[in-house]
Amino acid sequence: MREYELVAGLETHVELSTKTKIFCGCTTAFGSEPNTHCCPICIGLPGTMPKLNRQAVRYAIMAGLATNCEINPIAKMDRKNYVYPDLPKAYQISQYDRPLCSNGYIQLQNGRKIRILRIHIEEDAGKLVHERGDTYVDYNRGGVPLIEIVTEPDIRSIDEAIEYVEKLQLIMRYIGVSDVKMQEGSLRCDVNISVRPKGAEQLGIRAEIKNMNSFAFMQKAMQYEFERQTDLLESGEQVVQETRRYNTDTGETEPMRGKEDAHDYRYFREPDLVTIETAPQEVEQIKAALPELPDAKFARYTEAYGLSETDANILIKYRRVAEFFDAAAKLVQTPKTVSNLIITQIFRRLSTEEQKEAFEIVVTPQTLAELIALRESGKINNNLLKSTLEQMLDTGKPVAALIDEKDLGGVDEATLREICRQVVAENPAAVQDYRGGKEAAFKALIGGVMKATRGKANALQATEILKSLL
Amino acid sequence: MKPVSKIKRLHAQMTAGELSCRELTQRYIDAIGRENGELNAYVLQTAQTALDTADAVDAKLRAGQPISMLEGIPMTLKDNISTDGIATTCCSKILQGYTPIYDATVWQTLKHENAVLLGKTNMDEFAMGSSCETSFYGAAGNPHHPDHVPGGSSGGVAAAVAANIAVYGLGSDTGGSIRQPASFCGVVGLKPTYGAVSRYGLIAYASSLDQIGPITASVEDAALVFDAISGKDEMDSTCTGARETTADQLTGEIRGLKIGVAKEYFDGIRQPTVKDALQKALQHFQSLGAQIVPFDLPILKYALPVYYILACAEASSNLGRYDGIRYGYRTAHYNGTHDMICKTRSEGFGAEVQRRILLGTYVLSSGYYDAYYKKAQNLRGTIVGAFHNAFTGCDVILAPTVPMTAFEKGFTAQDAVETYLTDICTVPVNIAGLPAVSIPCGADENGLPIGMQLIGNSFCEAVILNAAYSYEQTADAFIACDRGVR
Repeated sequence: MREYELVAGLETHVELSTKTKIFCGCTTAFGSEPNTHCCPICIGLPGTMPKLNRQAVRYAIMAGLATNCEINPIAKMDRKNYVYPDLPKAYQISQYDRPLCSNGYIQLQNGRKIRILRIHIEEDAGKLVHERGDTYVDYNRGGVPLIEIVTEPDIRSIDEAIEYVEKLQLIMRYIGVSDVKMQEGSLRCDVNISVRPKGAEQLGIRAEIKNMNSFAFMQKAMQYEFERQTDLLESGEQVVQETRRYNTDTGETEPMRGKEDAHDYRYFREPDLVTIETAPQEVEQIKAALPELPDAKFARYTEAYGLSETDANILIKYRRVAEFFDAAAKLVQTPKTVSNLIITQIFRRLSTEEQKEAFEIVVTPQTLAELIALRESGKINNNLLKSTLEQMLDTGKPVAALIDEKDLGGVDEATLREICRQVVAENPAAVQDYRGGKEAAFKALIGGVMKATRGKANALQATEILKSLL
Repeated sequence: MKPVSKIKRLHAQMTAGELSCRELTQRYIDAIGRENGELNAYVLQTAQTALDTADAVDAKLRAGQPISMLEGIPMTLKDNISTDGIATTCCSKILQGYTPIYDATVWQTLKHENAVLLGKTNMDEFAMGSSCETSFYGAAGNPHHPDHVPGGSSGGVAAAVAANIAVYGLGSDTGGSIRQPASFCGVVGLKPTYGAVSRYGLIAYASSLDQIGPITASVEDAALVFDAISGKDEMDSTCTGARETTADQLTGEIRGLKIGVAKEYFDGIRQPTVKDALQKALQHFQSLGAQIVPFDLPILKYALPVYYILACAEASSNLGRYDGIRYGYRTAHYNGTHDMICKTRSEGFGAEVQRRILLGTYVLSSGYYDAYYKKAQNLRGTIVGAFHNAFTGCDVILAPTVPMTAFEKGFTAQDAVETYLTDICTVPVNIAGLPAVSIPCGADENGLPIGMQLIGNSFCEAVILNAAYSYEQTADAFIACDRGVR
């Protein structure tokens, strides 16, 4: 059997988190009672006209700039006509041949660039709700602004596809234009996938798999589709160009509609809206206001701060974590300590992805930096650093409330000798074990000293004293 | 007959205390009661609302408060202009039972001025037609000759104004729907520059061509109403508002005005009396000191196909929303959503509307798009350019409004294409987005009014209205109609 190569291009819909809808003043809030976020405009009552929300344009331009796109100074809106009950005007206002952004890319870890053909803005449709044996329509989501990000067929594996979407998600979170939650539908993916013999120049015939709403399904659907198309080609058959859906029950992709039902969207210019003009100065202003993006952060963390690629990746994966790290790292001499404490100690308390994403902790970058400064100046040791951080994470108290002046002075030799004596006296069993040759028993005694000194004893000194006593 | 501003006269009578607004309103309500059976101009009467508004105006008058020019004047709206709480159906079965929950911007403005709404007037279904015969409520009649049509699509407004069962009304003009019925009924109809008056709340036929405008009994009234309803509107992105007010610029002085005349506009005239009336009007303008500038407009022969392609394309999209799901008519028996939508639309739309939806869907569909829609768009650009060029040599263009006078009822039903051809003189203006006013210029052998239009450059309403005013005040070409309020 010949070897086959997967070729994929992605169309990703991202819901923009503007306060109001794209063509009216209704809120975009998610999860309210059906049809409560509606007005004459977004339910398309006769005679109403759309009014473009400039914030949606701004967000789309941010997304374009963050994915290395050109921003087109003149863009226009078009009508995409199709009949479906969730589309109250029987057309979606979208962009056809003059999108807002074009010719960008997202770079993957392996260095490959996935080219972005275009990013356009459009309105979301409502939702059908099937209940009590009947079908209802909820138009709350109708008119929520979307951007559609379309790539060239540059993706060559399922892993690349997933990495691309994760990276896109990350960028959108960084620039704050969307919460990009796949399960809530604020990020949805259509995958165009074809297969060709390895080394072939020409692209194979593609199938489009609609509406991937989780990475797991996306992985499975692409795997299934790759195998299906490979089998077809191997048995000398043709792949049919069609739209398919992934059936989560069977684990297979299946055709959504036949060729004879293919939509003819009859695109034409939306006559109710004027041309969208974007001045170069406006683009410059938006560009200047963009936050540092994941790629730039990664470069800075590994090069300037000397973090390992693994650690740098963990930090940039969560926008709030990276922001926290940046704030604290600026205040200390050893940013690596900040990174270590976040990744080992703080993350232990945040087990789920959502918790890491939210990064809700009571310690501030300033107090963490104060604590690290004490360690850097040698006033406390690692043990005290860690135990104090635990207390800070528990209580939210400042460093000063947890470490007093005498703690900072360390433990003088006389006091330490006295404490060691007490520990030996109180642990006769461990003493006996140690004297009997069990080295491990010594750890218990050192532990006792540390506990009594709340970790501030110099371990080396304590070991010497203990050994002399034994 | 030399028309005077009815609005100004009634305003003066009310402020002088000679006439209460309630009395005035009651006269109009009574006249509608007498005339509407024959004319079918009104499809919905709002007498109670009208009287309530009249009482509010009278209260202000009694309190010695000033009232604005349009305050308390009884008027009407075409049935495609949305009125909060008052049914707005586009005279279509498919919008039976639909009552808007918001006001069109033009109505919001007039309502704020205490305009007295007498009711909604008849029209061709969804403004598609030139005879008012495709209305779900039945045809309207021409007040000058009820066996003839009042024209369309704003036929109800024109008939109501001509029969004096409304002082003025607002219509909409997509391919002539204000000017053509104004011409047929012997009244004044102004189609403003695209973008001068807000379209928000006007139920769309063809969005890039539609424009709301006044139908009145005199040029000055048209200017007063235009000044009131024009203006920038946040709700309509394509509306920039008028550049200047017009009523204060009606001097009647047109010496040196260059009137462009293109032969192509006159070629299609079907009645000698219409041709004669136009010739006489030109001579009259010359006698007033205007200069006639002949020019060629060969592109005019493409105007009709361009219009019907673009208008139908946009209509096919604009009318997609009438599916019986959210409002309006829904078929009684159906099997599933798809069946419900198909049956609702087949039963709810009349033949002419269905014809235009099909035509529009066809010209936009892949495979035909380039041959029709795209070509029409390109030609639209050429037509815009040709007019732009024409206005480098003249100030206004004079043309017949319709190549004929009001046709007999039933003419339209015989041949759709033949009827489309009668739109030849009105559609170019919509394609180019220009302002044009139709005014009466005599009558044919049957006493039916003849109309001519004066076309202006973009946002030059003041120029065409002043030219119209100078003619109206001196030519004695208005045809009296002895009906309605006396």
